[in-house]
Amino acid sequence: MDKAIEPNRVMPLEVLDLSYDAGGKTLLNKLDFRLEDGVRTVILGPNGAGKSLLLRVCHGLLQPGSGSVSWAGRTPSQAGRELAMVFQRTVLLRRTVADNIAHTLAIMGVPREQRSSRIDTALKEAGLSELEDHPARTLSGGEQQRLSIARARVLRPRVLLLDEPTSNLDPGATAAVEGMIRAADADGTRIIMTTHDILQARRLADEVLFLHRGGLLEHTSASEFFAEPKTDEARRFLRGELLE
Amino acid sequence: MSEVFSAVATAVELVVRLDPDLVEIVALSLKVSLSAVLIAALVGLPLGAAVALVKFPGRRGAVILLNAAMGLPPVVVGLVVYLLLSRAGPLGELGILFTPAAMVIAQSILITPIIAALTRQTISDLHEEYDEYLCSLGAGHLQRITTLLWDGRFRLLTGLLAGFGRASAEVGAVIIVGGNINHVTRVMTTTIALETSKGNLNLALALGIVLIILAASVNAAAVLIGDAASKRYG
Repeated sequence: MDKAIEPNRVMPLEVLDLSYDAGGKTLLNKLDFRLEDGVRTVILGPNGAGKSLLLRVCHGLLQPGSGSVSWAGRTPSQAGRELAMVFQRTVLLRRTVADNIAHTLAIMGVPREQRSSRIDTALKEAGLSELEDHPARTLSGGEQQRLSIARARVLRPRVLLLDEPTSNLDPGATAAVEGMIRAADADGTRIIMTTHDILQARRLADEVLFLHRGGLLEHTSASEFFAEPKTDEARRFLRGELLE
Repeated sequence: MSEVFSAVATAVELVVRLDPDLVEIVALSLKVSLSAVLIAALVGLPLGAAVALVKFPGRRGAVILLNAAMGLPPVVVGLVVYLLLSRAGPLGELGILFTPAAMVIAQSILITPIIAALTRQTISDLHEEYDEYLCSLGAGHLQRITTLLWDGRFRLLTGLLAGFGRASAEVGAVIIVGGNINHVTRVMTTTIALETSKGNLNLALALGIVLIILAASVNAAAVLIGDAASKRYG
């Protein structure tokens, strides 16, 4: 085994000199950072900053143009099952609520006899038990996102990557989703999420990565970031100015 | 005009009292067309799924070819199958020209591209939507294909129904390779053509009524299945 690989651990996440180009544009530009365990990380920035892209590269859905991503010395594909992703636009199968979770368990090879109890637990945590036989795609936006998080958490991942999990949700649905994120955090799941919502970042972040135009401008504790942002872009963003 | 009304009345009577000749022809038609749909499904479903999911050189050309093949002229297909199965043809030894088997082959060739093209489109659309999710789970090829086929099952069924509709209404190919032999290869469409040319409108109209009911039922089933699936699974 590679000496750098730390068995039974998935953190820290180390991103070194990471760049990603597409269509002749540099969308992520030489990012360097290291995320430790035990905190909630919010990747903050305006639309087009590269937040979702960074999350996808960290998960391994996209390969970086240059640089590297490692989870306790492992590549994203080696860390595979320790990482679960929740997408901004929910992708629900054309099946019932319970069957959406059952599908994930089946794909991951969970024995059939274990699935039922895990589905029940996941739906209970998401507050969707009464909707288990409903078609998933007819749920409200908030319920769909809660189902997506429940489906991701049923795999018992060490890290939950959430891409703008509450965009387009009303305050009530946002509160329910944030409740699930806090519950996952309390269970020991490492939370790394993106948002462009400053208030949400204030509520959820222990540490902030501030991205702008594909560059990492700040990586600091949330209290420091919101009290004394170091860059002009972060100050303007926090004042609610539109960044180009 | 009264002759036409009389023919319609007689035709309706033939349908209502389940005239044995009529039933025999309808039964053979269903047998041939359903067999053709089964074969076309066995070839078309995996072929369409493969073209949708597997990247290979010339894939775009394959898609164009598949779509173009949906409009294959039935008489040309009939002619080609005739040449293949005729005594001097490469498959002449099988001795199945002018049998229902030859008609099944011709219809299968006609509707396989329809089923394959509709399958490709269905699987391709679903794949685009599900791709990132399935990737994030690390789903393998087989898991992806089964997920997509299962979630697309209602749209795929609609494709099969479209194939059945085309097969059961087809006349050009089956008359060439079947020969329209009484009690052997006579199906609804070929009988309608023959009886009309003979001036015997009663049986032709009766079969026409059955054919229209069948076509309407197939279309209604396709619409109802689509609506039910949309309501049930979104």
